[in-house]
Amino acid sequence: MDSKQISETIAMIREENLDIRTITMGISLLDCIRGDFDTTAQAVYDKIVAKAQHLVPVADQIEEEYGLPIVNKRVAVTPVALLAGGDTSYDFVKIAQAMDRAAKDLDIDLIGGYSALVQNGMTPADEALIDSIPAALQQTERVCSSVNIGSTKSGMNMDAVKLMGEIVQQVATPKPQDAMKLVVFCNAVEDNPFMAGAFWGVSEGDVAINTGVSGPGVVQRAIAAIPDAPFEQLCETVKQTAFKVSRMGQFVGKVAAERLHVPFNIVDLSLAPTPAQGDSVAEILETMGLSHVVVTAPRRPSPC
Amino acid sequence: MDVVVTVMGQDRVGIVAAVAQTLADHNVNIVDMTQTILHGSFTMMMGATLPADADFATVKQAVQATGEQLGMTIQMQRHEIFDAMHEL
Repeated sequence: MDSKQISETIAMIREENLDIRTITMGISLLDCIRGDFDTTAQAVYDKIVAKAQHLVPVADQIEEEYGLPIVNKRVAVTPVALLAGGDTSYDFVKIAQAMDRAAKDLDIDLIGGYSALVQNGMTPADEALIDSIPAALQQTERVCSSVNIGSTKSGMNMDAVKLMGEIVQQVATPKPQDAMKLVVFCNAVEDNPFMAGAFWGVSEGDVAINTGVSGPGVVQRAIAAIPDAPFEQLCETVKQTAFKVSRMGQFVGKVAAERLHVPFNIVDLSLAPTPAQGDSVAEILETMGLSHVVVTAPRRPSPC
Repeated sequence: MDVVVTVMGQDRVGIVAAVAQTLADHNVNIVDMTQTILHGSFTMMMGATLPADADFATVKQAVQATGEQLGMTIQMQRHEIFDAMHEL
C-alpha cells in the first residue's frame, strides 16, 4: 500500500474536484429504421431502453465502490436525420419525444444525437431535421441537438451556416435555456461523450461506453505547487497530471463496460470549466503567470 | 476484494480500535496500516481484504457509521482505483 499515492488520489477527489464528468453510452439506431416515423420512434425507444437500462445503476455502483463521483450518465445515438428511411413526412419530433421518454424512464441526464451532419450538403431529411430543432427542444427536456456545418476537409457549408443562425434564434427566443441543448459544430467527432454535442457516428459499433473526465482543479493545484519551475518542468507536470486524470476515466470506463457487457471505446479529457470554484481553466492560466483572465460572457452552468 | 479504508479528522483516543473492531465484526482482514497528517488532518489508511461473501455496501455503511460516532470521515474504496491512476 503506497500511502503517498492514496493520499494524492483522495486529495484530487476531495479537494480538487476530480470527477468522472460523464459516462456516455453510444447506441446505434440504424437498425431502428422502419417504414414510418411512429414505428421507428417506438423501435428507438425500445432499443435505448434495452441497451441502457442498467447504465445508471452500474454507474451508481461504481461511484459507491470506488468513491469517485460520476456526475452524469448519458446516452448518445446515431444522428437522427439518418433515421427517416422512406417516410417523407419527416416528423422527426416523434423520435425526439421517444428519446426523451427513454431518458426519463432510465433516469439518464441527457440524450444526444438529435443531429445532422451537413458539412458537404443537406439532404431533404437533413433540412427537415434542422427545421424541427426548435420544436424538438421545446417539447423535450433531456434531448440535445447538434449540427455539423463544416470540416477541415470539406470546408464550410454556408447554406447550413445561414440556416443554423436562424435556428439558434428560434430556439433561444422563447426560452434562452434551450440554446444550451444545441451545438453547432465544425469537425464534430463521432464519439464525443460530452453534451450537448454528443452523437454516435455511423462508423462506430452497435453499442459502447465512452467516458469524459474533468480535471482543471487538479492541474491548477499541481502547477501551483511549483511556482518557480522552468517551462520544461511545468509542461511535464501538466502532462503527468493529465495522464493521471485520463487514467481514472479509462479505468471507470473499462469497469462500466465490463459490467454492462459492451465494449469500452474512448476517454475524453475535458478542460472545460464549470461554475464551481477551483474548476476553471482560467485559474490554470493565472497560476501559470497571466495577471488575470477576463470572462467576457456571463458564466452559466455548462452542460459539459 | 481488496479495499482501502481512509479515516480523516481530529486525532483522538480509540480511532484505531473502533475502526478495527468494526472491520473485525464483518470478518474483514486488515493487511496494512499507516497514518499521516494530510492537509492538517489526521489521516489513517488501512489496506484490508473483504471476505468473498461480504457485501461491499454493508461493510462501507458500517465503517461510515463508526466514523460518525467518532466524529471522523471514513471512506472505503476498492483498491484498484489507486493502482489505475499511478501504475501502468
